[in-house]
Amino acid sequence: MATSLEPTSESPAPESGAAGGGPLLDVRDLHVEFRTREGIAKAVNGVTYSVDAGETLAVLGESGSGKSVTAQAIMGILDSPPGFVTGGQVVFQGRDLLTLGGEERRKVRGARMAMVFQDALSALNPVLSVGEQLGEMYRVHRGMSRKDSKAKAIELMERVRIPAARERVGDYPHQFSGGMRQRVMIAMAIALEPELIIADEPTTALDVTVQAQVMDLLAELRREYDMGLILITHDLGVVADVADKIAVMYAGRIVETSPVHDIYRKPAHPYTKGLLDSIPRLDQKGRELYAIKGLPPNLLNIPPGCAFNPRCPMAQDVCRTEVPALAGVGAERSSACHFWKETLGE
Amino acid sequence: MPEPSNPIDPDQAISAGGGFGGAMDLAASDATSLEKAPGHGQEPGGPTAKPRSLWSDAWRDLRRNPIFIISALIILFLVFISLWPGVIATQDPLQANLAKSQQGPQPGHPFGYDEQGRDVYTRVVYGARASVTVGVCATAGVVLVGSVLGGLAGFFGGWWDAVLSRISDIFFGIPVILGGLVFLSVVTNSTVWPVVGFMVLLGWPQIARIARGAVITAKQNDYVQSARALGAGNSRILLRHITPNAVAPVIVVGTIALGTYISLEATLSYLGVGLKPPTVSWGIDISDASDQIRNAPHMLLWPAGALSITVLAFIMLGDAVRDALDPKLR
Repeated sequence: MATSLEPTSESPAPESGAAGGGPLLDVRDLHVEFRTREGIAKAVNGVTYSVDAGETLAVLGESGSGKSVTAQAIMGILDSPPGFVTGGQVVFQGRDLLTLGGEERRKVRGARMAMVFQDALSALNPVLSVGEQLGEMYRVHRGMSRKDSKAKAIELMERVRIPAARERVGDYPHQFSGGMRQRVMIAMAIALEPELIIADEPTTALDVTVQAQVMDLLAELRREYDMGLILITHDLGVVADVADKIAVMYAGRIVETSPVHDIYRKPAHPYTKGLLDSIPRLDQKGRELYAIKGLPPNLLNIPPGCAFNPRCPMAQDVCRTEVPALAGVGAERSSACHFWKETLGE
Repeated sequence: MPEPSNPIDPDQAISAGGGFGGAMDLAASDATSLEKAPGHGQEPGGPTAKPRSLWSDAWRDLRRNPIFIISALIILFLVFISLWPGVIATQDPLQANLAKSQQGPQPGHPFGYDEQGRDVYTRVVYGARASVTVGVCATAGVVLVGSVLGGLAGFFGGWWDAVLSRISDIFFGIPVILGGLVFLSVVTNSTVWPVVGFMVLLGWPQIARIARGAVITAKQNDYVQSARALGAGNSRILLRHITPNAVAPVIVVGTIALGTYISLEATLSYLGVGLKPPTVSWGIDISDASDQIRNAPHMLLWPAGALSITVLAFIMLGDAVRDALDPKLR
C-alpha cells in the first residue's frame, strides 16, 4: 500500500508556501486504479489539471469518467484497497501530498482542503445533531471546548444563511430540507477556511430552484475567502455561471480543457460537442433530442487508441490505435483529439 | 405534515419555526419537533437537549409497546429478587427436612417440598440469581468481546478480518452442548464463572459477525467518507461516526441472546456440567425433579415455569428492542 503512494518521479516542486509562485493545486499525470476480483479497473489515467486561488474549475463528465475518483485521490480518501494511486503528483501549496504520511495528510484535510458531497442527507451523520458535527471541526482541528465550538457552529450556520441558526443548532440532519442540509455541508467545508474546496456534484440531489441558491452561496463564499473551487458535475447548465474554466473527463482522461465561455461556443473535442448537443434547448422544440450513441467504456477494458473512438462520429483508423495527447489548441485551451481542428472548424 | 407548502423551498420551510424544516421528516419525528419547538431555544445543549435522536425515537416506541412493558416489569422483578431474594423468601434454600421429602403445597410452603425436603418456593426465588447472573454476565462478555473483535475486523478489513473470520468459523463449528460436556465436565469450581466463560468463548462469534456486518455497512456511508474528508482520524471515525450507527443490531441480538444464555445455563446444569450444588439453579432443580415427575410434578413445574417465564421475558424484550431500533430486521 505504501509503495503505491510513491510518486513515479522525484518531486520537482520547490518547498514554497501557500503564496508561492505555482498554482494552489496542481494535479500532474495522476493515475488511479481499482484492483478488483474481475481485474484492474483503470479509473484515472493521467489526469492533469490545476486550480489557482480564487478560481473555479468545473470538472465535467459522465458517471464513471473518473471525476470523483480524482477528487478522492486529491483528498486522500480513496478506499484503499481496492483503490490505489499508481502514479502522478498532487502538488498542493507547493507540497506533493502523495509523499506525505497519513497523519500529515489528515491535517491537510478539513483545514487546508475540504469537500462538499453530493447528498448531504447521507453525508451527514444521522445520529449527531448538525451543531455537534459542525462543532466537531473545531474540536478536532483546533482543540476547542464544547461550548466554544457550539458558538462557532451557530456562527457558521448564520454564515451560510440558515435561518434561526441558534434554534436549529441542536436539530438532526433529517429535520432540515434538502437545500438547508447542503448548506450545513458547505458550512462544514468552510469551517476552517480552507484554501481549496472540492464540491462533488453539490447540487445534483437538489430541486432546481435550490440548486441556483446553493451554487450562488458556493460562488459567494469562494469570492469571500479567495478559495480555489473544484466543482465536479455532469450538468453543463450548472457550471456556465460559476466556473472560470472547464475540464472535460472521459474514461479517466481529460479530453478537453478550456475557459468556460469558449467551450460552449466552440467545443474542441467531439465528446464535449456531443454533451453540448444533448442539452435540451427551447429553440429545438419538437425535434428529437441528440444523444451520444453507445455506452461509456468498461474501465476494466478501455478500448485501445482514443477511449471515445467507438462512440465518436469522427473516428478514423488512427483513433483506434493511437491515444491522442492533450495538446494546446488555442489560448488556454487544449484538446485530446486527433481531429480537433475539424471539430473546432465545423 | 403540518405544512402543505412546497417542501423544497428552504426559506419557507425554515421560517415556519424551529422544527418544521425537514419536509421528509417521518410523521413520528415531526410530532416531537412540534412538542419540542417552543422551549428549545433556552436549552443549554448537552446530552439533555437531544429531542429527536434515534435513541429517543426508539425509547418512545418502546414505552408504547405493551410487550416491552410486560417483559420489562418481569425482568425488573427478576433482577430485584436476584439481588434481594430474602425480601420475598424468608427461608433458607439449602435447609433440608427429609421428613417432608416430595410433599405437596401446604401453608407457608406454597410450592411444596423437593426430594431433599427443601422448600421449592424458596429455591425458585433463589434460583433467579444464578440465571440472571449467568445471562447478564455472559451477554455482557459476548457483546464486549464480539463487538470489539468484529467491529475492528469490519473497520480495518484485510488480513485481520480474514483471520478473525476463520477463527470465528471454528468456534461456530463447536456444538454448544457437546462443547459444554467436554469443557465444563473437567471444571470443579461450582460458581457461575466457568459457565459464563464457556458461553463467552462460544458465543462471541455470533456478535462478532453482527458487529462486523454493521460496521461494514456503516463504514460505507457517505458521512464516514465525509468525516474523513474533513480531517477526522480513524479512532474518531470509529468511535463517533461508526459505533453509534452500528450498535443497534448488536443490542438487538444481544438482548435476544440473553434469554438463550439463561436457557443454556439451565440446559448445562440439567446435564450436570453447568452450575453445581450448592449453587441454587433452576436447571439443577429441574434435573433433580425430572426423575420424580409422576410422583411429585410440583417439583418440576415451578422451576421449569420460572425458567420459561424468564426466557420468554428476555426474548420478548429483545423483540421489542428490535422493533424499536431496527425495524428492518423484523
